[in-house]
Amino acid sequence: MSSLLVAAIGIIIFILGYRFYSKFVAEKIYQLDPNYVTPAHQYKDGVDFVPTNKYVVWGHHFTSVAGAAPILGPAIAVYWGWLPAFLWVVLGTVFAAGVHDFGTLVLSVRNKGQSIGTLAHRLIGKKAKLLFLFIILILVLMINAVFAWVISNLFISYPASVIPVFIQIPLAIWIGYAVYKGKTKMLLPSIIALVVMYGVAILSSNIDFLQIDVVSYFGGEGAAGLFGMGAVSSAFLIWIVILMVYVYIASTLPVWKLLQPRDYINSHQLVVGMAILYLGLLFTNPEVTAPAASAASDVSWFPLLFITVACGAISGFHGLVSSGTSSKQLNKETDARFVGYFGAVGEGALALVSILAVITLFPSAGDFTAAYSSFAQANATGLGNFIEGASQLANGLAIPPGIATTIVSIIVVSFAATTLDTSVRLMRYIIAELGVEYKIPALSRMHVATSIAVILSAVLVLLPEGSKGFGSGGYLLWPLFGTSNQLLAGISLLLISIWLKRQGRNFLVTLIPMVFLLIMTLLAMFNQVLFQWSWFGSDANMLLFVLGAVIFVFAVWIIITAISTLTKNDIRSPE
Amino acid sequence: MRDKLKTLIQWYDEMLSLPHRSEVARELRDEDDLFMLLLYSEMVGIPNPVYYYTLELYPYMLEKFHDWHLRMGMEKSPLDGIRCC
Repeated sequence: MSSLLVAAIGIIIFILGYRFYSKFVAEKIYQLDPNYVTPAHQYKDGVDFVPTNKYVVWGHHFTSVAGAAPILGPAIAVYWGWLPAFLWVVLGTVFAAGVHDFGTLVLSVRNKGQSIGTLAHRLIGKKAKLLFLFIILILVLMINAVFAWVISNLFISYPASVIPVFIQIPLAIWIGYAVYKGKTKMLLPSIIALVVMYGVAILSSNIDFLQIDVVSYFGGEGAAGLFGMGAVSSAFLIWIVILMVYVYIASTLPVWKLLQPRDYINSHQLVVGMAILYLGLLFTNPEVTAPAASAASDVSWFPLLFITVACGAISGFHGLVSSGTSSKQLNKETDARFVGYFGAVGEGALALVSILAVITLFPSAGDFTAAYSSFAQANATGLGNFIEGASQLANGLAIPPGIATTIVSIIVVSFAATTLDTSVRLMRYIIAELGVEYKIPALSRMHVATSIAVILSAVLVLLPEGSKGFGSGGYLLWPLFGTSNQLLAGISLLLISIWLKRQGRNFLVTLIPMVFLLIMTLLAMFNQVLFQWSWFGSDANMLLFVLGAVIFVFAVWIIITAISTLTKNDIRSPE
Repeated sequence: MRDKLKTLIQWYDEMLSLPHRSEVARELRDEDDLFMLLLYSEMVGIPNPVYYYTLELYPYMLEKFHDWHLRMGMEKSPLDGIRCC
């Protein structure tokens, strides 16, 4: 089957979803009012509340939510064949993610631009806010661990990407200072930075000593490394420690010094990356070689598929961005449809191209099945397959294979690194907030909170043992990341439903995706916790068992809260 | 065509600078807030942490203050703390 056809079908469904479904939701359910005075106007302060052009808000919203996660999830989920992953990405985006991102934006706009956490407090009660904080805490902890593993893994697999990625740091600091001092606009310097990075990537792909290959420094895969461990385990340890030291510094600096300038460069990378992939697809039109549905599965697709695709279809993290920054910048309430819903569509398009890159990589269905021989194997190699597939598409644009691989891995590492920075920073805020809530003032100190965040994340990523030994098992946490992210989306959908109910409107549009998400989460966790990770399960693992059990309890808690709040007949309205 | 390209670039630039602008504005606002606190903290009953440093400004302010209260139609200094005349 032609990959262009698959892409076209997906994109047409996205367009139809935006054109018709989001219009229906905007007019009949959320009832957007072009004359409503948005928080950006009402509380205009030139800092947080700034009325902004809808295309600009969309661009910022999309670049904030798009990252490595929507690439990684689908690249693993094609394990069950491309059709299930494709269907969930497309339908999930149209019916769940779009409504969720759009809804959190509207809910926040209608409530003074408050964040989801504050709204949970107001709409349900104080306990809901704590529940919310704990779920975000687990989510960011998973993000830290998974992405630290992703980056280390890519550095080990693609040593040519190390120097270009690290060069981004001084470049970003330089841009940050230049712009802060008001000497220059950011567009030109950030493009120069990108050119420098890719220039170095071309050099490092061709010159051996510019490739920081830690494993080979120990003498190859079989050689002994540090503390009696193998070379690969030692390489993981070294990279994870370096990354943790780096995120400690990065997440305690003011955002304009490093994080934001890196975001500009990454925005270019997102544009470049998506352009390369879709153009490559257009020019080469490769055949889809992967099977539509894979029968040889050691783990059933139901319900794990929905958890594995994760951000590719729906992500609770978007609600944090919608209600955190975008809602404070919306010029007109009717812009919410474009920013929220179309933002989700953009993310869906990224997930779609990730699927396409992987399913056109292999020469035959047999090779695909060999590469995705088990679920653990899919988890461990999914991202690598995406990089190979993406560089094969880039090859269609006459970019040499070695360089294309390096550039694609730089793009993925950059996204993952920014996500890591942001989520360590978020974790610090949450720990501080919990410190205030439980009256432990020491926790609200920046360095105490950051140390706790970094140490916990390092421990979590180092504990699970993968096929390559110590530190290589970070991918085992991916399903847990997926579930906690979906739980967060579940809470946001619950809040929108409660709000709609109190307005006397039809809330099935948000309730159905919520019930679906929560049931999938519960089933997946129940299966994995009991039959896989518990002491009598197939691969017993105390750490995953405890984490999974905690997430399971949270899911049950949300459902109980949902039932009790939605069946209560109060007329209290937040507006 | 050229105009469209220009608008596109402008839009892209604005998209990038959106968070940065607010962050710089926030730092500026924080500095302003701190300055306001230094100036007016005692008015709202918070002891001024830079009290002893403001005392050092006294000789510089004295002359200006004297001019000011004369201009305002007060022959003698209205504040006990400042004894210019």
